[in-house]
Amino acid sequence: MSSLALALGQLFDGLSVASILLLAALGLSLSFGLMRVINMAHGELLMVGGYLVYVAHQVMPAASIGLGLPLAFAGSALLGAVLERLLIRRLYGRPLDTLLATWGVSLLLQQAARSWFGPTGVEVTSPEWLSGSFAVETGPLAGLAFAHVRLFIIGLAGVVLCAMVLLFNRTRIGLHIRAVNQHRAMSSALGVNTRRVDLLVFALGSGIAGLAGGVLALIAPVTPTVGQSYVVDAFLVVILGGMGTIRGTAIAAILIGVLSAVAETFTSISFAKVLLLLFVVAFLQFRPKGLVATRSRALEEA
Amino acid sequence: MIRRSWIAAALPFVILALAPLYLGPYYLGLIGRFTSLGILAMGIVLVWGQGGVLPLGQGVFFGLGGYAMAMHLKLVALPQGELPDFMQWNGVEQLPLWWKPFTSAGVSLAAVVIIPGLVAGVLAWLVFRRRMTSVYIALITQALALAFATLLISQQGTTGGFNGLTDFTTLFGVPLGDEHTRIWLHVATIAAAALAYFFARALGATQAGRLVTAVRDGENRVRFLGYSPAPYKILVFVIAGVFAGLAGALHTLHLGLISPAMVGVVPSIEMVVWVAVGGRASLPGALVGTLLVNIAKDSISSAWPDAWLYVMGLVFILVVIATPRGLAGIVETVAARLGKTKVAAVAARQAEPIGEEVTTHG
Repeated sequence: MSSLALALGQLFDGLSVASILLLAALGLSLSFGLMRVINMAHGELLMVGGYLVYVAHQVMPAASIGLGLPLAFAGSALLGAVLERLLIRRLYGRPLDTLLATWGVSLLLQQAARSWFGPTGVEVTSPEWLSGSFAVETGPLAGLAFAHVRLFIIGLAGVVLCAMVLLFNRTRIGLHIRAVNQHRAMSSALGVNTRRVDLLVFALGSGIAGLAGGVLALIAPVTPTVGQSYVVDAFLVVILGGMGTIRGTAIAAILIGVLSAVAETFTSISFAKVLLLLFVVAFLQFRPKGLVATRSRALEEA
Repeated sequence: MIRRSWIAAALPFVILALAPLYLGPYYLGLIGRFTSLGILAMGIVLVWGQGGVLPLGQGVFFGLGGYAMAMHLKLVALPQGELPDFMQWNGVEQLPLWWKPFTSAGVSLAAVVIIPGLVAGVLAWLVFRRRMTSVYIALITQALALAFATLLISQQGTTGGFNGLTDFTTLFGVPLGDEHTRIWLHVATIAAAALAYFFARALGATQAGRLVTAVRDGENRVRFLGYSPAPYKILVFVIAGVFAGLAGALHTLHLGLISPAMVGVVPSIEMVVWVAVGGRASLPGALVGTLLVNIAKDSISSAWPDAWLYVMGLVFILVVIATPRGLAGIVETVAARLGKTKVAAVAARQAEPIGEEVTTHG
């Protein structure tokens, strides 16, 4: 296997990790940008998505994707909506407190998952059409293989990203979201139901996290702590990208996914984590608000 | 008046220090351990309650202090020229260079406070210099805790990996398990906590201390008045780091073990809960909160192991929603309602709003 093929293979793996990170980080970034809410239970919404795909797989093994992924989206979105109505709504304007309260929620959800599904992971076997890979057999790239399931994940992330961009830029509700993002009081005065926009964005972000968990179930076992292991990286993506921008989040997810794949090739997984953190902190020295900063003339910002 | 309030504040420490007279060995050990954690909690009060920056990586500084102590204890427990057991198991043949200074007790004790202080200083300088928002800082410190724990686990040959460092025998040539040593350790821990408390309290009365609170309540106003907020934030962050390092070293002596499970993301955020329960802006509140939460954890998790995380999760949510100022807030409110003392009423009225700037959008 040539070194070029090896490098391309790493890049491909990095892209698929980036796709999951993107799905996990989109909701975080949006709800922070819009509501200044830090949702520590976001990782557990991802976990719920994973378990829902597992349940769908148990009920109808043939439909783990066709039934499982929509179920994961809907279930996590519903849970997110309930969370927003019951808890987060009470804590607007206190970002650090939402962080603590939602951490409490994440502990509850984790323990619940442990009681229902057991402390060890549950596995979902991917359907036939996802289990193979496209392999390059001849030429300079011989040995390079693209696993179907990873291609599927990258494709899904692309579709979700496009859908979000369309939703934001081409629909009435997207217009409302952007308006609230720019100036909450003014849009409220103009008749936008800001509470409903908050609820919608939060549920949408939660649903996308559920999707991330759902596709993650296809490549790795779902455990009660799966959310925790992804949420810190997702937060790094959000910080690096700049809060509340789809474009920034997408670029940052790809950057972090690919960088950690590269770092893991040259060092170890644990050193890669340290390097990644150093990279983000160093980057923020130059652009403290992340890659894509929302311009504003306001003095006080969260 | 001031004198009297200081004496009143010293009284609980004296009562705690006399605990060997009225507590059995099991509870004595618990009180000693949890009081050492209380030192760390007071550091969180300085940074979070008074400084308005939520630190989610205090476990790192706790770990740096704890590991510095543990490395020394590990080395003095060895016969001349031998390597610690876990190094032998992992095929490490020579003592790594960065272990060598810890053969000296003096160097190790200094390292317990200097290393965490230094790391905290560098981190604080990096994040406060560029005016990062408190949310960013919270998330970055959390990522630091994750990276630190991951690194410790992965370097099994030189850090003891997942199991951490344990099997200590002596400190300064005195056997650690000895009853007299335990009593002295207990008294030393209470003394350290008292020292930390009075230091933090005195700090609040200085100009620097007042500026820290001013920065929390209106960073831009402080800037307009001609001060640079960064040095003051860095100062409290370093003090909190030193407190955490000290706590880590004492805790290691009490428990006889330090492991990555005590320094990662989850323990770091648990530390914040102790303070949230006690009262985020109150030094005595942090001490009481730390003792209460940990005693509750000890008794609940031994009776119903599964229930602890549920309790913990609910406590997180309820404290934030119902009593953002924690137990200290409840005490102040009750005292003010009863109208017992004028002082309490004034204190409750002046009590700071929840320590975060109101954000404006757009």
